Amino acid sequence: MTSVLLIGECDQNGEITQATLQAITAAMGLDDPRITAVFPGRPPELAKRLPIDSIVIASEVTDSDDGIFEQATADISSLLLAKKPDVILLSKSDLGSIVGARLAFRADIAFVPDCLEISNSKGQLTVIRPVYGGSALAEFIVPSYPAVVTLRPGSYYPADEDGAPSIDSIEFQNVEPSALVVDTVAEVREGIRLEEAKVVVSGGRGLGGPEPFSVLENIADELGGAVGASRAACDAGWIDHSHQVGLTGKSVSPDVYIAVGISGASQHMAGCSSSRAIVAINTDPDSNIFREARFGVVGDWENVLPSFLDAVRELKA
Amino acid sequence: MTIRIAVLAKQVPDPEIPPSQFNIDESAKSIIPPNGVPPVVNGFDLNAVEGALQLRDSGAEVEISIISVGAEFVMDVMKKTLAMGADRLILVDDHNLDKIDAAATVKILSAAINKDGPFDLIIGGRQASDWDQAHVIIGLAEALKLPLVSLVQKLQINEYGISLHRVVPDGYQVINSKMPAVLTITNELGEPRYPNLRGIMQASKKIPDVLSLADLGLSAEDLVPKLELSKLYVPESNRQVEIVNGDDDADSGKKLALRMREEKLI
Ligand SMILES: Cc1cc2nc3c(=O)[nH]c(=O)nc-3n(C[C@H](O)[C@H](O)[C@H](O)COP(=O)(O)OP(=O)(O)OC[C@H]3O[C@@H](n4cnc5c(N)ncnc54)[C@H](O)[C@@H]3O)c2cc1C
Ligand SMILES: Nc1ncnc2c1ncn2[C@@H]1O[C@H](COP(=O)(O)O)[C@@H](O)[C@H]1O
Repeated sequence: MTSVLLIGECDQNGEITQATLQAITAAMGLDDPRITAVFPGRPPELAKRLPIDSIVIASEVTDSDDGIFEQATADISSLLLAKKPDVILLSKSDLGSIVGARLAFRADIAFVPDCLEISNSKGQLTVIRPVYGGSALAEFIVPSYPAVVTLRPGSYYPADEDGAPSIDSIEFQNVEPSALVVDTVAEVREGIRLEEAKVVVSGGRGLGGPEPFSVLENIADELGGAVGASRAACDAGWIDHSHQVGLTGKSVSPDVYIAVGISGASQHMAGCSSSRAIVAINTDPDSNIFREARFGVVGDWENVLPSFLDAVRELKA
Repeated sequence: MTIRIAVLAKQVPDPEIPPSQFNIDESAKSIIPPNGVPPVVNGFDLNAVEGALQLRDSGAEVEISIISVGAEFVMDVMKKTLAMGADRLILVDDHNLDKIDAAATVKILSAAINKDGPFDLIIGGRQASDWDQAHVIIGLAEALKLPLVSLVQKLQINEYGISLHRVVPDGYQVINSKMPAVLTITNELGEPRYPNLRGIMQASKKIPDVLSLADLGLSAEDLVPKLELSKLYVPESNRQVEIVNGDDDADSGKKLALRMREEKLI
């Protein structure tokens, strides 16, 4: 039997994140799993239909989003003591990355972030994670339980919401925050969120400046998608960093990922390689992006994109 | 009053090695850097040095100590931090310290910080580009029991201590923290400055403090790993690209749309 404590998360609309549903699938693949989920803050109604054994509800709802996740860390640390799980599973989100690491170091147990695979069928917990920006894969054995693991979004299919977990109530202690969030400045974005888009059109250094991103926007609009970017384009200030796709940006897994003027460095691919199909437009036939793409055009975006957009519009008409 | 800052910086293989030159020794479970390509200071750690220097530029009196744990340090590489403007370089250099896990790294770093401290700010990079763990600094904050603010893109001394802008998925948060505090810095802070000639000259005259594990009161037994690396390999890609060829670029663009439609991608 493997007891799993799963840390669930909701998006801004209060819906359970795809990454959380994917983590449930990962947990279900462990040896004879018993899955308990906790949602820092308040669990959404839908959580009561997840295919897991139980849900922990905090009787005293605390605000977990303090920017440094001290409350969430304290809450989950106390659950760790109460439930003694073998595996604590989180997604590689802002919360997951910080709370996961904090928990593990506080409890002096193993932490493995950003995993693609987790299994313990052979009696030993084994995980696979990309290293060196994704140029290599590393398999680790975790010699003893408990262990804290975060999963890269897109590594598993999301679980269906068709269960009836039992509901446990627990009281958490409020912690005094050591640093205070005094303001949140959100970049206002219209349209489809990058992480959920079925089509992503991304631009890189090869675009040469900020203006061409409006061409990418037109294509994204036409295809019902969102605009992404490489780190080089963001660092150059051509587009806001919240559009960055990659190892240190967002993980996306759309049906189609169109990469324009992006060389396909491993750290970029780390955020998009689970896309169903990658389409590359690049002047350099030897660039790495063509090794990962399903379709490619070797050419200058300035000439390729306008006719591509026209053809897309015609096909839609 | 001088603000004492420790910046934690790691020597790593150059992450910009093209994939075609990226090789692994599977039996040794380590990477083989291509001939003649020297290691670098981890990129985000240079952002961290830049962040500390910006505090100095803003008028605060700061002393910046670089602390690094590893083996086979290349002095010219590590001294780049001094050439940028850091004051001191402390190298914990001992056998195999380039092969230890995060838990062991945290132990050594906290011992080095306690030996040389107290510090008002302890700053690291958001992650090291070799193992992409992104948790050594978070673990360090837990070990030192200090406030932690990660993914900082802007820092400023204010009446509360320090004011920080922390990157979140769709914007940033403004956070006030007391000092001492532990921070991780992200590339959104801006490009690390290039050392100028004067900085390079001054750095060449400085002698780093080199410490062994024993100097920190630690031994190999203190560094028992929590994880065992069982395999290291290059992932196989079996994707086959179909290059769409038109009469010219514009025609290729049109044909691409048609092919994508045929495959029901759009
Ligand atoms: C620890 C770490 C984390 C990182 N995280 C990320 C991350 O999250 N996301 C990320 O993207 N990067 C990340 N990087 C950076 C990454 O290594 C690359 O440097 C970056 O992705 C390069 O961006 P690019 O492809 O836009 O630029 P380049 O590599 O410069 O490529 C530009 C491409 O444009 C092509 N081009 C030029 N002109 C044209 C034209 N007219 N038409 C069509 N094509 C043209 C060129 O042939 C070239 O292939 C990270 C690096 C490190 C070390
Ligand atoms: N061996 C080391 N020596 C000094 N600093 C380190 C070392 N390892 C990690 N760090 C710091 O911790 C940050 C995160 O590293 P990591 O958790 O390994 O991705 C790095 O950006 C450095 O600031």
